[in-house]
Amino acid sequence: MLDILIHLVLMVLMPPLLFGVINRTKASFAGRTGPPLLQPYFDLFRLFRKGSIFSRTTTWVFRAGPIVTLAATLTAALLIPCGNHSPLLSFNGDMILFVYLLALGRFFTTVAALDTGSSFEGMGAAREVTYSCLAEPVIFIALLVLSRLSGSLSLVGILTHSSTALWMTSGAALVMLVVGLFFVILSENCRIPFDDPNTHLELTMIHEVMVLDHSGPAFGMILYASALKLYILGAFFLHLLLPLRVAGSLQDWLVFVMSMILLAVAIGVVESSMARYRLVRVPQMLLSASVLAAFALMLVVR
Amino acid sequence: MNAASDQLLVLVLLINILILGTHRTTVAIRAMAAQGVILGLLPILLYSIQSHTLIITIFVLLAKGLFIPWLLLGALKKIDFGEDLQPLFGYSGNILAGAVATMLAFFFAAQLPLAPQHRDLLIVPAALATILTGFIALTSRRKAINQVVGYLMLENGIFIFGLLLTESMPLMVEAGALLDLIAGIFVMGIIIKQIGREFSSIDTSRMTALREVE
Repeated sequence: MLDILIHLVLMVLMPPLLFGVINRTKASFAGRTGPPLLQPYFDLFRLFRKGSIFSRTTTWVFRAGPIVTLAATLTAALLIPCGNHSPLLSFNGDMILFVYLLALGRFFTTVAALDTGSSFEGMGAAREVTYSCLAEPVIFIALLVLSRLSGSLSLVGILTHSSTALWMTSGAALVMLVVGLFFVILSENCRIPFDDPNTHLELTMIHEVMVLDHSGPAFGMILYASALKLYILGAFFLHLLLPLRVAGSLQDWLVFVMSMILLAVAIGVVESSMARYRLVRVPQMLLSASVLAAFALMLVVR
Repeated sequence: MNAASDQLLVLVLLINILILGTHRTTVAIRAMAAQGVILGLLPILLYSIQSHTLIITIFVLLAKGLFIPWLLLGALKKIDFGEDLQPLFGYSGNILAGAVATMLAFFFAAQLPLAPQHRDLLIVPAALATILTGFIALTSRRKAINQVVGYLMLENGIFIFGLLLTESMPLMVEAGALLDLIAGIFVMGIIIKQIGREFSSIDTSRMTALREVE
């Protein structure tokens, strides 16, 4: 009972903190003090208090976009186990639902962008869809590998199966999955080698350009949903990378929170030390990630 | 015969894909050197440390890890290299071709009637995959120096295959193969320089033109 409560509280409250940590890391690399850690929360409060403006050319699709995206991401968050604790929802085959819930959220973001009729947003939508359909195979192949290793078909089974013993026996496959999934985390959350979350140049934006027309609470929902997506994919990733199991339940939560913050720091370091790829290089990198995942599958099936 | 050598062979496969996908020749050459170092470590991991394997390791480390990369990097500095040209089928196409070739190698190796002690090892599929990806790099790259890198990959694949025979193969054969390789690199280096001087570019696809392109 307490675990379920902590799971829900963390799921609702923690995601914006990750953005705060990433921004602080980037600032300290650049020699600045940077915004306060809780700045994303302040931003969200500010946005939710504001009114919204809707363009006359948009339809209900534009208004539904942020809501559906947030709802789909929240449902996906209910499926993923955090640390060593089982999630609220779990059944055989929920891994496919998980991937498609994220895809549903993305679909509504892009459809809302197309609904505005702006050519820039259409361009952003096209890019987003192109990149995510290259990133999706990586997640699916990773799920295949993990379910083959664990012999289970639900997210809980396949994610909590990884352990230090598994790393000893099939370490090579797991390393390739970890690298491939890290690419996917960066690309799906629009982090730097793939997309720049701070850019304001329409020609190079991917995700940011799609949400230009949203304002007020709708924009707040979009920001929150993207933070939540980082949280979910991060939790997924950490199961593979750090299969740490301590005895007590509270210690496990502590380990989980600490490792999530470390992941945010790692993303911040990557963002500070790398330049953005040219747009033509992005599909190539995502393709390499799929090839890595496919290699892992080959090694495991063999 | 142990898990460590399998992990190293996986690394070799990854370096193959890296070389196919990179657009920087220096990265390709350094990756090649890293692959050479891994190959040098394999004999002592697979077989116990004895004078025979130790000599092979030292030779391979020196030749593949230091000498050949040093030669190639030196050649790269001397010629005016400029930007690498887009390979045939592009970089993404190359990566895909390499991945498909690796999978085919795995399937093919599973069909082969191997000795029972070699069946569970990664050596045969890794060797076939490296030979095939080396062949892809050799044929699809358009500048001669990148083709040399592909040729080296091909040779590395053959070396991996030879690892199965290290116990029974006399040292002289291995030394001969290495010497052959170095002679090949020398010849290619000279040819590259010649192409560079004659055509003022080392893009081999221009060699089919009869007249010089203004």
